Amino acid sequence: MILIPELQAGGLQLAYDQRVVVDDLDVKVPPGRVTAIVGANACGKSTLLRALARLLAPRKGAVELDGRALHSIPTRELARRLGILPQGPTAPEGLTVLDLVTRGRSPHQTWWRQWSKADEEAVHSALAATGIADLAGRAVDELSGGQRQRAWIAMAVAQGTPVLLLDEPTTYLDLAHQIDVLDLIHDLNRNEGRTIVMVLHDLNQACRYADHVIAMKHGRIVAEGDPADVITAANVEEVFDLRCQVTTDPVSGTPLVIPMGRHHTA
Amino acid sequence: MATKTVEPGSGAHFRLGRVPVSGRLRPRLITVCAALAAATFLLVAWSVSIGDFPISFTDAMRAVVGVGDPGTLLIVQELRLPRAVVGVLVGFAFGLSGAIFQTMTRNPLASPDMIGFTQGAGLAVVAGIVFGWTGTVGTQFLGLAGTFVMAFLVYVLAWRRGTTGYRIILVGIGLQWMALSATDYLIARGMQFQAHAALGWLTGNLNGRDWSQALPLAITMAVLVPLALALGRLTRTLQLGDDVAVGLGTRVQFVRLALLVTGVGLVAFGTAAGGPIAFVALAGPQIAQRLAGTAWPPPLAAGLTGALFVTGSDFAAARLFPMELPVGIVTGVLGAPILLWLLIRANRAGSGG
Repeated sequence: MILIPELQAGGLQLAYDQRVVVDDLDVKVPPGRVTAIVGANACGKSTLLRALARLLAPRKGAVELDGRALHSIPTRELARRLGILPQGPTAPEGLTVLDLVTRGRSPHQTWWRQWSKADEEAVHSALAATGIADLAGRAVDELSGGQRQRAWIAMAVAQGTPVLLLDEPTTYLDLAHQIDVLDLIHDLNRNEGRTIVMVLHDLNQACRYADHVIAMKHGRIVAEGDPADVITAANVEEVFDLRCQVTTDPVSGTPLVIPMGRHHTA
Repeated sequence: MATKTVEPGSGAHFRLGRVPVSGRLRPRLITVCAALAAATFLLVAWSVSIGDFPISFTDAMRAVVGVGDPGTLLIVQELRLPRAVVGVLVGFAFGLSGAIFQTMTRNPLASPDMIGFTQGAGLAVVAGIVFGWTGTVGTQFLGLAGTFVMAFLVYVLAWRRGTTGYRIILVGIGLQWMALSATDYLIARGMQFQAHAALGWLTGNLNGRDWSQALPLAITMAVLVPLALALGRLTRTLQLGDDVAVGLGTRVQFVRLALLVTGVGLVAFGTAAGGPIAFVALAGPQIAQRLAGTAWPPPLAAGLTGALFVTGSDFAAARLFPMELPVGIVTGVLGAPILLWLLIRANRAGSGG
């Protein structure tokens, strides 16, 4: 059973060296839902995700999981409750898919117990859920981009955390593989009740696949909530400095953003 | 009830029923380790039994455990055995240290002999010889000090800003060339016999090693080798990158510092005892990785490969040539073709390097 996790942050200031990227930000992740963080390049969306995953220590404020500050939770204990898949991870050459997915069990393993029944079940169900069971013996670096991303997601799934954070899980994938990965993420949420937060570039995909959208600009949250309320022409222009029309996605009924550039307008 | 499952391409798992002990078996890795250990043992046994004064294999083995006539005991226990033991220990230390650094940086070039550590030892020892310090502080101490100073410099200049990527290699190579230039300068301005002594040490030489070299190394390794092998488990997440490792609950900074201290300790004491024997720390882990068919340098197999590599090279250096050579000359000649062969074979098999 997965407990309903409460992940939130208050008064966050995030910075790299002297450069402040996010200042005085409050956010609450809706438990059991899929949240997408969107925004222009360098708006601080990946930085926020890294802070939520304790990869970046806040300069001010704190991220809390179930009422405890992240930095006060031992990293191994935290790794059993919150998983993070960073952007563009690389595996050592020749590492098999099974090996990679098995390493997702690290926070549950000890020196003497490295392949418990629970480990075995988690690895097999992660391979099955991501549809790569037949690739288990293959080297990760020999797979196609879409298969490789599935293998990494399988690793994060095997970790078995109630919260899963994904930094641009669809980057570098062709359109079919993007949809494939997003469908997979949807299944993980709906079938296993995992809370998911992901950074996405594509607004239309965010509208389709997220229950909750957070739109950021210059390190601040411009709007958040239901995709239909957040992704409006006014908000998109505000966030991306881009004029657009928003219509209804004929397939999903969610907002569909049609950008307007300087050219090709009828 | 113990269960065993077989997975494609990754060996077998085991799980004990009564106690919560479980793990993974890699049959090929176990076989490789056993074969390397057996080959090293046989080579050591052989090398203590042959020489200017031949001793039968049985007598040599009896002398090793302290049985036999005083003459044989002297030759085996005081002359041949210490040299063989230093060879095994130095090789193991270099191979294991190389595996640690290559795994931690995810780069085979980041071996201690490529990023200036051993060259630091060389500079310190040559300075000692040329300035006449060796009478007071000893070559071993200088070798240790040189390695530690160099490792500290690499750490300060490169390490703290991220251990992967080319930064550590470039900083290491830069420091290495500074040390080499300074060493060359000292040799050029030193007197001829000093230069000869310096060059002799710089090639890496096991000739005339006695227990005073073997003992400090053995004691250090008794501590560092188990530590390094234990840390090996934690590198499995580190190999996936720092962010993934943190996400999987690894205390990255702590593990990395522990690995650094262990790896530097091994290479420092190894160099102090045997000199900077070329190529072992770089090639040992790479050869072991290809023999074992793993995606990373396996620590134990890398150490054993290093041990066999140095033992075999010293055997060849002492016996196969008309005049006795320093072992450091042979390691490069012997190791490079083996590594190249393994690389070429891997490419033909289509599995890359």
